[in-house]
Amino acid sequence: MKALVAVKRVVDYNVKVRVKSDGTGVDIANVKMSMNPFDEIAVEEAVRLKEKGVVTEIIAVSCGVTQCQETLRTALAIGADRAILVETAADLQPLAVAKLLKALVDKEQPGIIILGKQAIDDDCNQTGQMLAALGDWPQATFTSKVAIEGGKLLASREVDGGSENLSLTLPAVITTDLRLNEPRYVTLPNIMKAKKKPLDTVKPEDLGVDVNPRIKTLKVTEPAGRKAGIKVVDVAALVDKLKNEAKVI
Amino acid sequence: MTSLVIAEHDNASIKPATLNAITAAGKLGGDVHVLVAGFNAASAAAAAAQIAGVAQVIHFDEAGLQNGLAENVTAQVISIASNFSHIVFAATPYGKNIAPRVAAKLDVGQISDITLVVSPNTFERPIYAGNAIAIVQATDATKVITVRTTGFDPAPETGGSASVATATAVAAAASIQFLGSEIVKNDRPELASAKIIVSGGRALGSSEKFTEVIFPLADKLGAAMGASRAAVDAGYAPNNWQVGQTGKIVAPQLYVACGISGAIQHLAGMKDSRVIVAINKDAEAPIFSVADYGLVADLFEAVPDLVKAA
Repeated sequence: MKALVAVKRVVDYNVKVRVKSDGTGVDIANVKMSMNPFDEIAVEEAVRLKEKGVVTEIIAVSCGVTQCQETLRTALAIGADRAILVETAADLQPLAVAKLLKALVDKEQPGIIILGKQAIDDDCNQTGQMLAALGDWPQATFTSKVAIEGGKLLASREVDGGSENLSLTLPAVITTDLRLNEPRYVTLPNIMKAKKKPLDTVKPEDLGVDVNPRIKTLKVTEPAGRKAGIKVVDVAALVDKLKNEAKVI
Repeated sequence: MTSLVIAEHDNASIKPATLNAITAAGKLGGDVHVLVAGFNAASAAAAAAQIAGVAQVIHFDEAGLQNGLAENVTAQVISIASNFSHIVFAATPYGKNIAPRVAAKLDVGQISDITLVVSPNTFERPIYAGNAIAIVQATDATKVITVRTTGFDPAPETGGSASVATATAVAAAASIQFLGSEIVKNDRPELASAKIIVSGGRALGSSEKFTEVIFPLADKLGAAMGASRAAVDAGYAPNNWQVGQTGKIVAPQLYVACGISGAIQHLAGMKDSRVIVAINKDAEAPIFSVADYGLVADLFEAVPDLVKAA
């Protein structure tokens, strides 16, 4: 069974982005870019399924600019077998990405499709669910445990107050949550090996997908700041402030 | 123009986040209808009809809807979607799971996590962990929206007198089965709607210390428990306590951060709290930059003292 994993190139999670002064977006020129952290968990999970003998081939897919090749090379270094870049300079929104992935799933016929639950740039949390809807496949979002048994995918997913367990027919879409696994460190030999793995490039037109944005960004602004308050000297002073000034306890 | 709010419920009562979503829907300008998709959920539907501002409740009742599976709830929403200009969910694990599925079925973009309604097609939403605010305009005819609950007050649970229409449910999907859940029962308030939250970070050092040091303070204040991602990653606290960009977004009256340094991802989840208290022994910790009251102290001494003094 093949696994298809989607990975997104995003501003590194350690970078504090700045809003452009003209309000058109955030400044990502000369900023460190990395694989979206939840997508690393997705690649890791696919590799673990392969190590267990459940998955035979892992295809990593990224949609976006030419530099997404770097993100795909990282996925290959973690253990994906080959990569596909859907190359476009267009502003890709989740629905468009879901349609691109759907076209590739139709072609590659994976049994399991793994995505991060959320990209840390647009914070949308949509693509996996949209892909599942487009293919009429079952979905297990925010998963913390995945197993394949008797031709079914068994998943535990994070919900308010605990977790719930689902059984899904294949193909199925899963999106990863934090506790699913801890991605391995990429080693130098694996980075070298990744350079030799196949990486194909296609265009949205080749897949027959219209990627025009459905949502226009009119303006991007700085959030309202919160001012630092005061330091209190001890617990007694803190309790006094909370009782008599803030009146919250 | 009519909005449809998808209620989150346990088949008996409506979850509080739905009330915030109803307020947001009210700001869109048209009537607000509420969909209750459940099993033996008549009392949830009746409760929805009492909520102030609700004009109509649509109740689907079917065994496959008992556990709120996205596949099955989506099918009900789609069956009536053409009657509505806006389809609104609370941005909770429930709403986030279902809304994009509905949007893709309708072939429309989704606007996630709105914090302000500017006009019926224009909204504010935080991006990059709240480090930027985007004002976005939806161009599709039907708008599928998730609502950040901290951006909108809850609608009053009473005062409404909507009628309840029972609709025929679409059959459940065969592709997915609910096997069960492990919900940790506790007497503490729900994190997402708690008035007071006591949150612990990696400085706690173990789950035992969470129990020993943080629980008594939460008990004393009647607070919900929270945790930083670092504490969750280290296994000191369960994932559903996680406050931050990829966990829960909270805005209680009082947020007490104990041993949390204040990474931007954590601040994204709690900086709209009314009063923030930080207890940390590192005077330079970024958490102090958002705290109303900062106490530079060892939490293992200060928190027990606070339990005694509060």
